[in-house]
Amino acid sequence: MTAEQGVFLFISFVILFSAYAMVTRSNLVHAALFLVVTLFGVAVVFVLLDAGFLAVVQVLVYIGAIAILMIFAVMLTQDNAAKEQESLNTNYGWALLLSALFAFALIVMLGQWQDAGAIAPALGAERDTVVELGAALVSPAGYVIPFEVASVLLLAALIGALVVARPQKKGM
Amino acid sequence: MSFFQDPVAAISELISNFLNGLLPQVWADLIMTLLGVVVVSSFGLIIVIFLIWVERKIAARFQDRLGPNRAGPYGLLQTFADMVKLVTKEDVIPEKADRLAFNIAPILSVVAVLLIWAVVPFAPGWIGTDLNVGVLYIAAVGSFGILSVLMAGWSSNNKYALLGAFRAVAQLISYEVPMLITLMVPVLLARGMGMMDMVEDQALWFIVLAPVSGIIFLVSSIAEIGRTPFDLLEAESEIVAGYHTEYTGMKFGMFFAAEFLHAFTVGVLFAIFFLGGWRGPGAQDFPLLGVIYLMLKAFFGYFIVMWVRSTLPRIRIDHMLALNWKFLTPLSLALLILTAIVEKVFEGHAWRVPALLIGNAVILILSYFITRAASRRATKERVTFKKRPMAKPA
Repeated sequence: MTAEQGVFLFISFVILFSAYAMVTRSNLVHAALFLVVTLFGVAVVFVLLDAGFLAVVQVLVYIGAIAILMIFAVMLTQDNAAKEQESLNTNYGWALLLSALFAFALIVMLGQWQDAGAIAPALGAERDTVVELGAALVSPAGYVIPFEVASVLLLAALIGALVVARPQKKGM
Repeated sequence: MSFFQDPVAAISELISNFLNGLLPQVWADLIMTLLGVVVVSSFGLIIVIFLIWVERKIAARFQDRLGPNRAGPYGLLQTFADMVKLVTKEDVIPEKADRLAFNIAPILSVVAVLLIWAVVPFAPGWIGTDLNVGVLYIAAVGSFGILSVLMAGWSSNNKYALLGAFRAVAQLISYEVPMLITLMVPVLLARGMGMMDMVEDQALWFIVLAPVSGIIFLVSSIAEIGRTPFDLLEAESEIVAGYHTEYTGMKFGMFFAAEFLHAFTVGVLFAIFFLGGWRGPGAQDFPLLGVIYLMLKAFFGYFIVMWVRSTLPRIRIDHMLALNWKFLTPLSLALLILTAIVEKVFEGHAWRVPALLIGNAVILILSYFITRAASRRATKERVTFKKRPMAKPA
């Protein structure tokens, strides 16, 4: 077992444990904190895959947003004491069924894939993944259309937020 | 390579040779990496002890006082005395507190700042790890700091602490926006996000190419570390001490140390992004000189932070948010667009530097006139209590 495999096994265990803890906690803030651990674990997996940019963005976007999520959790539950709350619905059965189906489908798909057990070749040190990613995002042969569509969508959301927050003029 | 030219390389070669003789390669590398982590983080933590003394002494000069002057020569041992006091204090955990989150929060706040030091280029070749996404990494680890504030405020189970945490998060998240947009300007100028490349590209310091961006970075950084005039995170008359109200002893000490270290780290980052990092005469051949240059520049940035802190009064919370969203954010966006266009049009041209400078000046002057016109148009709301009938003598 290489050192990388050891780290992967350990971090997978951490991700699975904290993801399970997140959905079973009855305290909303605890659930949010376990979500942080889960997302951080996913960032570590990205690092193991030589995807440094994705790992950093994972931390920046997801863990950065958790703080806001926690504020909402505290405000909506109205009580900052560590109070246990009942779950609002009981969809355990459906969730279990769906995730079992999804896991089954993944295992079948990966089982059919020829290169499933192959070890990825090491990325050359001279390749700058950030530069390649940037070029791919704006090149017509790459992802320029999804990139631009996403930008327009985000801009629309930004302007929408402005319009909603704008004080209404009198007589309108 | 001689010892005096690069002592750190010489010592690390000595240790790694010793370890390689004892252990297999993997373990030797692991121990060397851990040793590097310990050295870099202890450097950060030890410098804090010194910084607290410097800050108290300089603040005292500004306020026409003497500052600490009893313990040791020039009061140098004052911080050690304070540390002994903090360590020996009773450690109180509120009964209804969320124990795990309450205990993790102070550690997380120190770690969030120390993580930044992993990508600080001290001198040519002296860097914890030269990530190719260094700038984004600095932004990313900042979110752990925000998280620690919220964890501390919530787990204390105290209304004042929670309100303080909410206020802190609102301020930190708001000022992250202009700071990140501004950081894209040095990235554009250096054509990359690696911290080492950033310094090596600064034959001409970036403060010359992007002066307004440098100032915005410093202002939003002061807000990020919660210093005066943005020290609304700590307001005795409103929210007691803020998010760390319930903390005692060394746990409070850790928030305190994290705050000081963050203030100095801001100086270091300002030096790296805008003042040329370790660059200086002879730094290429003698890395130790590079460290000295970096520390001198960082102290200059830190001195500005202290200067502003002891000169200006605090601003009101709505002014704080208005300054961020209505002034700094649009200005930093305009500067980013300007830099991108000028860098493309004048690439390799002799007029690149003057064009950037003129562009900066034009945007600054325009923003002055726009804000002046806007403030004239705005109807000012009177913030006073309602008129109440006065008590009259019967």
